Amino acid sequence: MSDTAATASKNGVLSAITNIFSKGPAKPGESFGAPGQGSSVAISVASSLGLLLLWYAVTAMGLIKPLFLPSPAVVFDKFVEVATEGFGGSTLLDHTLWSMGRVFGAFFAAALTAIPIGVFMGVNRVMRGIFDPPIEFYRPIPPLAYLPLTIIWFGIGESSKLILIYLAVFAPMALNARAGVRSVSIEQIHAAYSLGATRTQVIWHVILKGAMPEILTGMRIGIGFGWTTLVAAEMVAAEAGLGYMVLNASEFLVTDVVIMGIIVIGIIAYLFDLLMRWIERLLVPWKGQM
Amino acid sequence: MGLQVDGVTVIYPGRKPGEEVHALENINLDISDGDFVVALGASGCGKTTLLNLMAGFIAPSEGRVTLDREAIEGPGKERGVVNHVVTGPGADRGVVFQKHALLPWLTVFENAEFGLKLQGMPKQERTETASRYLALVGLEDFHKHAVYQLSGGMQQRVGIARALTSNPAMLLMDEPLGALDALTRENLQELILDVWRETGKMIFFITHSVEEALFMATRLVVMSPRPGRITHTYDLDFQQRFFDCRDARAVKSSANFIEVREKVLSIIHGDELAGGGNHV
Ligand SMILES: Nc1ncnc2c1ncn2[C@@H]1O[C@H](COP(=O)(O)OP(=O)(O)O)[C@@H](O)[C@H]1O
Ligand SMILES: [Mg+2]
Repeated sequence: MSDTAATASKNGVLSAITNIFSKGPAKPGESFGAPGQGSSVAISVASSLGLLLLWYAVTAMGLIKPLFLPSPAVVFDKFVEVATEGFGGSTLLDHTLWSMGRVFGAFFAAALTAIPIGVFMGVNRVMRGIFDPPIEFYRPIPPLAYLPLTIIWFGIGESSKLILIYLAVFAPMALNARAGVRSVSIEQIHAAYSLGATRTQVIWHVILKGAMPEILTGMRIGIGFGWTTLVAAEMVAAEAGLGYMVLNASEFLVTDVVIMGIIVIGIIAYLFDLLMRWIERLLVPWKGQM
Repeated sequence: MGLQVDGVTVIYPGRKPGEEVHALENINLDISDGDFVVALGASGCGKTTLLNLMAGFIAPSEGRVTLDREAIEGPGKERGVVNHVVTGPGADRGVVFQKHALLPWLTVFENAEFGLKLQGMPKQERTETASRYLALVGLEDFHKHAVYQLSGGMQQRVGIARALTSNPAMLLMDEPLGALDALTRENLQELILDVWRETGKMIFFITHSVEEALFMATRLVVMSPRPGRITHTYDLDFQQRFFDCRDARAVKSSANFIEVREKVLSIIHGDELAGGGNHV
């Protein structure tokens, strides 16, 4: 008796759980059984606000010492203070400009070299043979692992910082450019030859154009990697920069500046990602259309 | 003169080392001025391979292909490719994917003038030529459209216009209407016939549809697989009857048409059963 009752209630719980995931017929405009349908924007907003609220709550209730986690209000005040009075010898704007200069300097240097090299790797077997091993070898190594070497080779000045970011940006840009070239449809290439195109014309007018979506994706991923590597690059002998600011603050246990710096880096990196997506939509509206 | 396929054999390397696929064996075919040649046959009988030979995308293992007595040694603008298929070992199971060869970053008009631009034709002349052929395929009002926003049938029209701008001696089409709905398909059959009559180009056209083949061809070549050979040829004139009456359904439902259709169908079904080919 009690056995069957237990089984029944267990079945009830099980079916309640499976019911959440089971699928009724689709509403018009949705497709039956497609995973993860529907907009998640509202939920994302709620989740962000929830996190903020949680942060506020635990600090307001004194559950965590301000040394470890200062309250949102304190962090915001710090933001205003650093923006106006500065920290570690520079204002927030100066730190930001220094960091952007490094990330963009490295980004443009990488764009000018990685994209041509990636394209050459795509169109030429010899180039691919030459560049594949070094790129594939260093690509998965964390930049912190070769930071000491760049310092030994290039000193503690600006160049070793740029080179560290450059290397992080280079690999995704080159490999995406290469993949872009390889993704160009052979039918389009054939058609161009049949219209009397020369090999050079095919490369310029078909292959490079066709590779554009992936080249731009590579640039977007690359700039993201650039921001990821920033703190590592500014670890040694920097005098300004967001990464430097965060590291410097952490040495003196100024936790509010650390958190503020992290948030600023996050927001800037996100804005640039949005900008790159916008540029993609503008330059390659045909992406994924054919 | 015209295009000549002379004792052509094409052997692909098979899946295992030492294995060979005789995609075409000793093919002879003459296409002369004004011919509309249609190739028909079960999947894997080498139709696509034959077209790619004419286009110059592949070289024969034996024999030669010539246009106006000159050997074909690669793609060239005197052979306009409207569409083609990059074939592979999956062809005998009907597994090939055709991607569009239009350039999606260019508008309809820019696609049409693309070849002329590469050939260095002055802007005004090239605008006139491209406009003329776009009008011929009924796209005069679509110059500025993005090609990826057009329907499949309109995209094929752009392909036809683009191939015509270089004033080629012949047009090559590999199942160009296969992916279209029935009504669009019939419209485009008529359009292609009109373009053919208007321009007088030689056409080599591949299809899976017996009805389409009979309706359009001046010469029908029926091929059979393993090894790929031409087994039957028919001289036909159903398209002339269409030009006379402009009623495609009437032509296609005439007793004579149905009789030939059933004969050809039985040949092809025989091939498909014997070869275990593509059972649809
Ligand atoms: N690259 C290849 N390697 C091996 N076999 C191939 C290759 N390409 C085509 N084939 C074979 O050649 C034959 C003819 O193919 P294809 O010309 O595409 O025929 P069709 O267009 O009539 O369907 C098929 O049996 C196909 O499997
Ligand atoms: Mg085929």
